[in-house]
Amino acid sequence: MIGLYSPGRSWVHRAPTLLKLFMLSIGVVVIGLLQQPGQLAVAAPVVVALFAIARVPPRTAVGQIAPILWMLLIVVPIQGLLAGWLVAGLMAGKLIIAVALAALFTLTTTVTAVLEAFQRMLRPFGRWIDADRIGLLVALTIRCIPLVAEIVTEVLEARRARGTRGSLMALAVPVVVRSLYAADALGEALVARGLDD
Amino acid sequence: MSTITFDRVAHAFGERRVLRNIDLSLTEHRIGIVGANGSGKSTLARMINGLVTPSRGSVTVDGLDVAKKAREVRRLVGFIFTNPDNQIVMPTVQEDIAFTLRRRGLSAAEIAERSTAALHRFGLAEHADHPAHLLSGGQKQLLALAAVLVAEPQVLVADEPTTLLDARNARRIGDLMHSMSQQVIVVTHQFALLEGFDRVIVIEHGEVVADGSPEDSLDHYRALLA
Repeated sequence: MIGLYSPGRSWVHRAPTLLKLFMLSIGVVVIGLLQQPGQLAVAAPVVVALFAIARVPPRTAVGQIAPILWMLLIVVPIQGLLAGWLVAGLMAGKLIIAVALAALFTLTTTVTAVLEAFQRMLRPFGRWIDADRIGLLVALTIRCIPLVAEIVTEVLEARRARGTRGSLMALAVPVVVRSLYAADALGEALVARGLDD
Repeated sequence: MSTITFDRVAHAFGERRVLRNIDLSLTEHRIGIVGANGSGKSTLARMINGLVTPSRGSVTVDGLDVAKKAREVRRLVGFIFTNPDNQIVMPTVQEDIAFTLRRRGLSAAEIAERSTAALHRFGLAEHADHPAHLLSGGQKQLLALAAVLVAEPQVLVADEPTTLLDARNARRIGDLMHSMSQQVIVVTHQFALLEGFDRVIVIEHGEVVADGSPEDSLDHYRALLA
């Protein structure tokens, strides 16, 4: 979600977010229920076709799926030895297709669209839930991930520069303190932008 | 231009008194505030947006008391912080600019139109869909400016907006501030940013010690530093 959006004007991009979320849920459930390699062989080209329609660059698409390949390198042999190689192959195929579908949603949907979809979904519960606040909460959570990652990187560099490489305290204390300062500053900026009403 | 009034303003954080007996009327187009670290200049600037409420006295913007009418005042007064990272809320550049407008009850088409215009004005159009946290420091400060100015405030208050920037980006931000039709109030340590300003106020130990043309005020400040 953090900056993975791949801009475009395809109908996959323009489809309503709630519809895409619904189709993603259905797709993942259906993939999970497949039992035959032949069925997976039909599903995989469909997903590839969706990526092609959305005009997602192949490198970007592969970049989304590559991280789980490392996990499969460990899990597939274990599953193969315990439950058989057919089951292990099916499991790997299902996982790759499901992750690809989720990645397609992320690559073709802006955070704003996801927030607005959440807000629309929560609106009927407006008496009990402030949909705008929930949306803001989700946005800030997403935004804070790179912010905290940057703080951790800077603290690690400072720790190396001072020769305290092995100290957990030398990492945890400044990261927590700086994160709290950053949260305070972000809160102040939100107030300045009129978000306190 | 708006009229910003400080009437016998004093402020303390706990036991520490940061502002004492400030009486000011700010009506000029471009006003600079300088002073040493801890002199109280940032607190003074924050009061204009209602981020800090004075312990004593009152601050008004066009007659609106910032302590009582903070929401209305914030629609008139935009605020830029030193570190733009702390004011970026949304993951991508255009979304962050649009975020300001989403709170104003505008239609989606109007939000898109105004945020796109802001992207072009601040030279960020080619980064519209890029992750905001991957921009350079100068681009992040431009984004912070765009996100504030897209709401068309009457006054822009900037607290050391160029401190974290290199010379080229600092000059770019400075040029933008000079070209704005809005009333601009800038807290800074960088004297170059104040060239052509109408008025510069020097704060020392929570009090106004010089207030006049940039030349006179900065001469006074240099003498203090010597």
